[in-house]
Parts: sequence; structure tokens; C-alpha cells
Amino acid sequence: MSANKESWGSRVGLILAMAGNAVGLGNFLRFPVQAVQNGGGAFIIPYLVCFLVMGIPLLWIEWSMGRFGGRFGNHSTPYIVDTMGKHRLWKYIGVFGIWTNIAVAAYYCYLESWTLSYVFHSILGTFNGLDQEGVASFFDTYVSIGDSTLGIPYEAVVFYLLCLLLNTWILSKGLSGGVERVAKIGMPLLIVFGMFLAYKGFTIKAGEAGASFDSAVGLNFLWTPDYTQLWSPTVWLAAAGQIFFTLSVGMGTIHCYASYVRSKDDIALNAMSAGWMNEFVEVVLGASILIPISIGYLGIDRVTELVQQGGLGLAFKTLPFLFTQWGEVLGAIAGVMWFGLLFFAGITSSLAMGTPWIGFLQDEFNWRRKPAAWSFGLIVLILGMPTVLFFHYGVFDEYDYWAGTVSLVVFALVETILFAWVFGMDRGWREINSGADIKVPDIYKYIIKFVTPVLLLWVFIGSLVTPKGGDWGKALSGDWVLDDSSIINKIKNSSLKRQLAEATDPAVIEQLQETLFFVNASRILLISVFLGIAALVYMAYKKRVREGRI
Amino acid sequence: MNTSALVVMLGTMLLVTGLMIYFFTRVLNAPPKPEPDSYLDNDDDPDRQATP
Repeated sequence: MSANKESWGSRVGLILAMAGNAVGLGNFLRFPVQAVQNGGGAFIIPYLVCFLVMGIPLLWIEWSMGRFGGRFGNHSTPYIVDTMGKHRLWKYIGVFGIWTNIAVAAYYCYLESWTLSYVFHSILGTFNGLDQEGVASFFDTYVSIGDSTLGIPYEAVVFYLLCLLLNTWILSKGLSGGVERVAKIGMPLLIVFGMFLAYKGFTIKAGEAGASFDSAVGLNFLWTPDYTQLWSPTVWLAAAGQIFFTLSVGMGTIHCYASYVRSKDDIALNAMSAGWMNEFVEVVLGASILIPISIGYLGIDRVTELVQQGGLGLAFKTLPFLFTQWGEVLGAIAGVMWFGLLFFAGITSSLAMGTPWIGFLQDEFNWRRKPAAWSFGLIVLILGMPTVLFFHYGVFDEYDYWAGTVSLVVFALVETILFAWVFGMDRGWREINSGADIKVPDIYKYIIKFVTPVLLLWVFIGSLVTPKGGDWGKALSGDWVLDDSSIINKIKNSSLKRQLAEATDPAVIEQLQETLFFVNASRILLISVFLGIAALVYMAYKKRVREGRI
Repeated sequence: MNTSALVVMLGTMLLVTGLMIYFFTRVLNAPPKPEPDSYLDNDDDPDRQATP
């Protein structure tokens, strides 16, 4: 019998926890960069279309699957999936729903620890008096483990451990006493901090506090629609990808949270409420901070250059410097709010990542909550330390690519096929509507069955064989050269091998060879973890057979 | 701001904020379901006790 007697405290708490799971650093750092790179204001059209035909269906699918599995005492994807499909291999597909979370938590906690550390540095005034290069090099020093910026030896490691301990401790307090309580505090604070910074983003005036441009310049840059981009498959692929990652679908966390909901209680309205809350944070708050503030001080050309390196650079290497332009006190407040907001966005997501593993141990091996939570902390620590120690060798990026990107698409595609075609759309539709507090439009029965799987297949194939420079026109006309970002070229390490072939400096060659070693070692480690979880699922299966549960 | 950027920005923000508020309000105003339900905090709420 399962030791799992967890419950949610309240419906609002569940929705905030589910929204917190979805809201992550990507809402503030990835979305605005994607919008700028893919047609500005016109990006919102494919983005919202993808939300309607892929995001919402996936939310309903995952909430329904979770609640259905929970009815049979299953709170993690291996056996949630197993209850829906008769074939014995389904439970091994469900391993993705635990593995992804452990692997993502391993590097995500490191990212989260940066935000925690930067909150302290903002309070201490570390960035006061530094120029932009100084703030940028501060970050590089911080992630170089041997150097300390605060006088604490191995500072980055210390903050990582602190962050991981905090996550594990909260998880050990249970669903309503830990996860939900943090969501109830973190989400409102995140929105308040976001609104304050968005207000600042909207009110920058050229010539005031060192700003060179009005907010309008940045907002124009972000929102002016370039409708010609709407015909580009790359833009649609980017929009679909953004919807995918922002909602935290394909991870197994939504299934886990929803598995504690009884079948007579609503999931349809809950899913919509949490989903639109995430959209509010992303589109309204996320779009109003990073780009308008950066452009107000640095101008379009410099920001265009910086966004090529992604949102992380702008968030950690640029914004702390810009905040100091507002004066010591307001700069410190803005720094605390910005990194505090990112911290709450991060921790509400990383807590969700711990729950599938804990649920699995409770259900299958009768573990109590506390030891299960600490075992999660220990595994994440072992798997996460390489991302901390070998950050400069691409370990962090490797985890992010395989666990935080590819795995999500694969699992979401398979679970959609399972839900709509194996479990059956009629049964699936009854599950979505059971106890619903809203009328789900009938058209979604067809969208879930046909449109969502096709769209997911397209996202997967688009990622597998991405043409060079995203030039689909050229690729479809017969000249299909794979881009280095395609899954196939990633597997082959094409980019690294080409850089190695072109390098002449012995130091660069040595660095690249070491990077290649760490990249391959990361993959072996990730595969080992996957196989280890699959072995546990097999042991759980044998235990179920022995106990007559199957 | 130029007109097209302003229209797209305000249209999107109003739509997303409106829908977020609408669905959250629907949650808050949803009729209570009888116990036992999925949530602990309302276990002793008299309105939610199942009628014998």
C-alpha cells in the first residue's frame, strides 16, 4: 500500500503552485529575446495560436492523465502512463517524467542559486561603482569556482548548496505544508516585483538617470510587427517552442500535481486559470522589463548584439549595471526585486521538479516524504555538481539541451498520442470534462486528436533536422544542410569538431578537446541516470507482481 | 510609440490580462463541491459537508 497520503490545501493554492511550476526564468529571459528575434509584435500571433492549439490541449491532457493515474494511487508518470496504455513498455516511456525533472533540477538549481546570490550582492551594493564591463566580468568571476566575490571560498558552490538545501527542506514539508505555501507567498510577490519593474520599464526618459532613450524606443523595437515574418516556418517553430517550454509541459510535473486531485473535482478550469496566469507573467510582465530597460540605456544596436547570446547575459551581466544608474537605494531595491522575482520564478519550478521522484518512492517503495525528499536532494547534488564545477566546459548547456529541451518534446509527443489514440479520445474527453466547472469547447476534441500531435511532430522533426540558418525554403528546394543546432548535428558534435579542425592555437585546441570530453561525459551520465530510473521502475513492477497489485 | 506597435502591445496585454482575471474569477466563484474533495483547508466548512 502506498505511503502517499498527500493533499493540496486549497484550490487557489493548487492553481498558484501549478502556475508557479510553469512560470520560470524563461518567462522573463527567453520570451522577450524570442520575440525580438522572430518578428517583434508579429511573433505574438503564432505564439497565441500555438498556445490555443498546442499549449491548452497539452495542459488538459496532462491534468487529465495525472488525475486519472492518481485515482489508482499513482503519482508519477511511469505508472500514470501505465494505467492508460496496456503495453508493458509504456511505464518505461514514463521514466521521462522523472528523469527530466532530476536532470533539469540539477542545473536549474545552479541558475536559481545565481539569483539568490545576486539578491545578496544587490543588498550589499557590490555593483555600485562598477562599469558595464565590471558587472559582466563579475559574473564570469562568479562562475569561475576558484575565485570569490564575497570573501566566501567556493562562493558559487556554497550558494548552490544553500539553494538545494532550501529546495529539499521545503519539499520535505510536503505538498500543502511546503510546495503550496511557497507558491502562495512566491507568486504574489513575483507579480508585485514584476509590476514595479514593468512600471520602471515603461517610464524611462532619455536624459534622466543616465538613460539614452525613452521607453518607447525599446517597446517599439519589441512590439512593432513585421508581418512578413509570419510566413517563416522558423518563426512558427520558435513560437511553438516557446509555448512548450513556458508551460512546463512534457516534464511530468503537471501530472504529478494533478494526481492529488479527485475525479469529481475540476481540472478544466484549473488548467485554464494556471495557464493564463503564466501567460500574464510572460507576455505582460516579461515583455515589459528586460528589453525596454536595456534599450533605454544601451540602445537598439548594442541590445541586438547582446540578445544573440540569450537572455541570461542581459539579466546577469547588464541589468545590475543599469539598476545602479537609478541611484544606490533605488538600484538596490530594483536589484533585489529583479533577482528576487527570478528566484521565486525559479524555486516554484524547481520544487515541482522534486515531486515526481518523491511520489514515485512513496507509491512504489513506501518511503516516507522526508527521506524521499532528501534522496532527491542528494541525487540532484551528485548530478548537479558537474554543472557547477565544469560550467565553462558546456556541461550546463548539455543538460539543458537534452533534458530541458529534447526530452520535453519527445515525452509530450508520445503522451499526446497515448491520450488521444491509445487511451482513446472518447475516454479522454470524458476525463477532461469530469467535474469541470467550465464547458470545454467541443472543437478541442478534434484539436487534441489531430492538430496537437501533428504540431508536436512538426516541432520534433523541425528540431531533429533544422536546416542551416533556419532557411526552410532552401532546404525544401533540395539543398538541405543541417544546422549545428539540429538534434542530429548535436549528437555528432558537429560544431565542436569543426571548431577543433579550424583551431590553430594549442591552448584553444586543448580547451575544445576538454569541452568535447565533458560534453560526452555529461551524456553518459544522463543516460546512466535514465537507465537507473528505468531499473527502479522494473523493480517496482516486480514488487507489484509479488504483492498481487498487477 | 508607433501606432502599430501600440495597437499590438495594448491588444495583447489587455486580452491576456482580461482572460487571466476572467478564469481566476471563475475559480473563486465556482460553487463549492461536497466533501470529501481534494483540498484540506475546507474539510470543516459547513457548506461543503455532504448531506446524509
